[in-house]
Amino acid sequence: MTDRAMSAASSPGDVAGTGSETGTGQSVSVVLPPVLAALAGDRKLLRLPVPDMTTVAAVLDLLGRDNPVLDRRIRDETRAVRRHVNLFVEGEDVRDLDGVSTEIRPGQELFIIQSVAGG
Amino acid sequence: MRYMSPTEQTVLAIGTKKGLWLATSEDRTNWTLSRPQFLMQEVPSVGIDTRDGRTRIMVGVRSEHWGPTVAHSDDLGTSWTEPENGAIRFPEDTGAALERIWQIQPDSRDRPGVVWAGCEPISVWKSTDGGERFELNRGLWDHPHRSEWGAGYGGPAAHSILPSPADDTVHIAMSTGGVYRTTDGGSSWEARNHGISAYFMPDPTPEFGQCVHKIARDSKDAKRLYAQNHHGVYRSDDGADSWVSIADGLPADFGFVMMAHPSRSGTAWVIPMKADAERIPPDGRLAVHRTDDGGSTWTRSDAGLPKAEYNTVLRDAAAVDSSDPAGVYFGTRGGTVYASADEGGSFAEVVSHLPDVLCVRAAKVGSA
Repeated sequence: MTDRAMSAASSPGDVAGTGSETGTGQSVSVVLPPVLAALAGDRKLLRLPVPDMTTVAAVLDLLGRDNPVLDRRIRDETRAVRRHVNLFVEGEDVRDLDGVSTEIRPGQELFIIQSVAGG
Repeated sequence: MRYMSPTEQTVLAIGTKKGLWLATSEDRTNWTLSRPQFLMQEVPSVGIDTRDGRTRIMVGVRSEHWGPTVAHSDDLGTSWTEPENGAIRFPEDTGAALERIWQIQPDSRDRPGVVWAGCEPISVWKSTDGGERFELNRGLWDHPHRSEWGAGYGGPAAHSILPSPADDTVHIAMSTGGVYRTTDGGSSWEARNHGISAYFMPDPTPEFGQCVHKIARDSKDAKRLYAQNHHGVYRSDDGADSWVSIADGLPADFGFVMMAHPSRSGTAWVIPMKADAERIPPDGRLAVHRTDDGGSTWTRSDAGLPKAEYNTVLRDAAAVDSSDPAGVYFGTRGGTVYASADEGGSFAEVVSHLPDVLCVRAAKVGSA
């Protein structure tokens, strides 16, 4: 396990760029908010291979496997999605569906975004 | 006369509601302020570890969106490192999740690498690798009182940790729960609140349940402690077996801050607030009060402080350095930070108009 240098800059960069996790096979697209892109190799779009119909939780597990700091930003150590993090599958808030048990299939998009909060 | 060699400086870490600032000074009067770091994330805890011939700044950071984490810097904030799996992470069997890091406390010089952390939910953690990974203290986590501990206004947390340099004793304070002590390095913990009032409880003198805001240990007498309570200022001379009031002579017994002198016995500072229901300096006049006799008498100091101030000073928004004479530092929820290079005799503004100041820590370090 390696530690990660982290940015504490006053203006976190909105890192542009997209990437493909595998480039082959069937996958779901995971769209990250710009502020988290640096935790996924400066990518805002990742394509994660999935075998078939799966769940949001399984996609998050896959995402977190190679990006543990990113995972900790999205979920706490009980694997609960943080209160002010919103997940959308094909534009539908998973909290209005089955939460992280919501099904997602190849070709669909998981959109991760922070809620409107703070002051 | 300079108090430091030209190669030394004092670093003042200022954690706020919206980021961290580092101020540096060679004379503790003229300060250079860094750019904000961790901007838009609160920094409720900072520890500066000057042991092992290095300066490591550790910060507890919390994003409203992205949660809490611990990071450290060995180059005075130029770069930060965060353990990939988190320096503080509740074991799976607890079913708990870290909410906030309230305290990061390096142990004494003869225990290099040992750093303590106090967190929300109420928990104490110990690191033996300089704050890179902490282990949950099971003795406190499994304590039979746990179900009866409450939450102060800021949340349920262990917010003060005082490892004794003399032996395996550690004192902690939690809100709400009060003071607890271990004498076996953390295997077992006992409530130690005899004499401390909990006026807000049906029984005002319970074994535990007090809302102790801050504790500090005397630098020469490891069994002498000072406590700022939720109404009440106290001293213990027996390792917290019993507490006596030392509030006489203060304009109010409410407040959040308690600081002990880094090298002289009997000297401590408080910053009184008017009352629980009026959390402002008494009469809107901000002042630091100092005792040199263990709390028998107090001396007011407001030299250099504003004529009117209605912001409070939070429990960790005050600190002393280890220089001689000692420096005294504090920041307000109005975002102003003050420094004294003469043990609180007079203060000068370091910076103003920052976000709410949550914590400050200062240490003498080598130049960057």
